[in-house]
Amino acid sequence: MIENRSLVIIGSGPAGLAAAVRARKSGIDDVLLLEREDQLGGILKQCIHTGFGVKIFKEELTGPEFASRYIRKVKELGIDYRLDTMVISMDEGKNITAVNPRDGLVVYKAECVILAMGCRERARGALRIPGTNPSGIFTAGTAQKFVNIEGMKPGKTALILGSGDIGLIMARRLALEGMKVKAVCEIMPYPGGLERNIIQCLEDFDIPLRLSHTVVRIHGGHRLEGVTIARVDELLKPVPGTEEYVKCDMLLLSVGLIPENELSREAGIIIDPVTGGAIVNQNLETSVEGIFACGNVLHVHDLVDYVAIEAERAAKSAVEKIKGKGKDPKKRIQITAGNGIRYTVPQIIDYYDENEKIKIYFRSSDKLDESRVTVTCKGKNIYTKKYKRLIPAEMEYIKITASDIKGRKVIIEAEKR
Amino acid sequence: MKKEMICIRCPKGCRMNVEYENEKIIRVTGNGCKKGEAYAFDEIVKPMRIVTSTVRVVGGRLPVVPVKTSIPVRRSIIFPVMQEIYKASVKAPIKEGQVLIKNPADCGADVVATLGMEKTGTKDD
Ligand SMILES: Cc1cc2nc3c(=O)[nH]c(=O)nc-3n(C[C@H](O)[C@H](O)[C@H](O)COP(=O)(O)OP(=O)(O)OC[C@H]3O[C@@H](n4cnc5c(N)ncnc54)[C@H](O)[C@@H]3O)c2cc1C
Ligand code: SF4
Repeated sequence: MIENRSLVIIGSGPAGLAAAVRARKSGIDDVLLLEREDQLGGILKQCIHTGFGVKIFKEELTGPEFASRYIRKVKELGIDYRLDTMVISMDEGKNITAVNPRDGLVVYKAECVILAMGCRERARGALRIPGTNPSGIFTAGTAQKFVNIEGMKPGKTALILGSGDIGLIMARRLALEGMKVKAVCEIMPYPGGLERNIIQCLEDFDIPLRLSHTVVRIHGGHRLEGVTIARVDELLKPVPGTEEYVKCDMLLLSVGLIPENELSREAGIIIDPVTGGAIVNQNLETSVEGIFACGNVLHVHDLVDYVAIEAERAAKSAVEKIKGKGKDPKKRIQITAGNGIRYTVPQIIDYYDENEKIKIYFRSSDKLDESRVTVTCKGKNIYTKKYKRLIPAEMEYIKITASDIKGRKVIIEAEKR
Repeated sequence: MKKEMICIRCPKGCRMNVEYENEKIIRVTGNGCKKGEAYAFDEIVKPMRIVTSTVRVVGGRLPVVPVKTSIPVRRSIIFPVMQEIYKASVKAPIKEGQVLIKNPADCGADVVATLGMEKTGTKDD
């Protein structure tokens, strides 16, 4: 049996929840939200620390509290959602196949789709650390789920590889639960996470941060017994003679997130090799008409508030399309991430209206103090903004006006002043 | 004494140099605005943190429920508060915002649930 729906949203993390609420409030009655887990909320369920919602609610909420504000709205608005429902395939015609234990296989035909599947963590396989294969090696997020949801202690002493926010948050969490964190090793010469987390998660608990260090060997039989760490040079190659043995029974990996885009690829959506997410225009529409993307499935976010804002934007665009208000653009403009810029979202601007203000999110490719971000088109500068400092860990945005764009290409660059 | 610190009160993230003696701030430089001084004072003289953790649950949908201190507590009292959190155990059902431990270690805050928790077997409909 095929069920027809105006809008199907895949994933019920903050992105899916915020998109569902916005679409329902804009008059779409048959929004359907699909979630493979047995609760709404996505990754926020296990992020029990504070720091969520500062921009939107002007309050520092924990992950579960942030999620529950949206979940309450979803229920109040009577939005239709299905738990334990995993989407297993999707095609270009927006036919979505899902399975759940009650109904078995169900197919939905959607007018529009919002992708909000989030991301998963990079595991040891992606790192190729030599040595044995004992138990005790987890991704930081898996350890987070063990501790915060299942109430378990996964070991006694830990070494954390990677100083992204998840790694830092977990360092503190293990310390609070009475486990010993020997160090957080970061291969880059600067930390990957937010400054606030360096202070409140590491310095508060006297946990050393070893920059330019990585794990070069894993030791142990059944259970992890220790790891060898070493300093790396500018090319990130371990320096012989700098090896140190660290005894530990847990190794937590916080070495990056990968957007979950298997379904998107299947539907023929073009993926940006840098973000790992879909290539989108400013309305967050992917290369397949009527399919939109937001949240961590589009690019990795560090602030949930931006996830929700992005999701509302995707929902607004989808609603316009469903109500037949979508227009054809006058021209399509390519945004190139030039020197100093790792990526931008959107990657494409569709030119509809000369007065449109277009928000472009970006991350710098390196740490740049006292810098300047410029946008040029046809060799002419059309925008400049100064920054005290740019770091890859913190997403920034600029706003340009459509009428300033003359050609079909703009380049965004960052450099030291 | 001197300390280099980055203000985290706004996204600018000013790099500040703070000179202080005992519990007195002598000079702050590099701050982009007044809030930077206040931040330096708070961090050096009386750092406060919201503590988040989990408390054991009896008969709940999950074995633990996430909690936080209702207001920030002195950083130096985090572990005494944690001692009370380790010992606690509460019965489901639990409401979001419910006080689970009153003023642990005399920290001036209560430990409250940050998630509602149904009894075992009941499922979110
Ligand atoms: C450890 C950690 C700490 C963080 N700390 C902060 C912080 O302090 N402050 C802050 O603002 N932000 C923080 N963030 C970032 C923020 O939480 C995330 O960016 C945000 O949760 C991403 O939301 P999302 O909806 O895109 O993805 P998710 O929350 O991952 O949700 C995706 C959902 O999609 C579902 N799904 C995936 N595939 C399918 C499928 N095929 N079928 C059905 N369902 C599917 C998943 O089950 C999941 O529920 C943190 C993130 C992590 C991991
Ligand atoms: S000193 Fe002022 S401008 Fe600088 S980071 Fe702090 S709050 Fe922002």
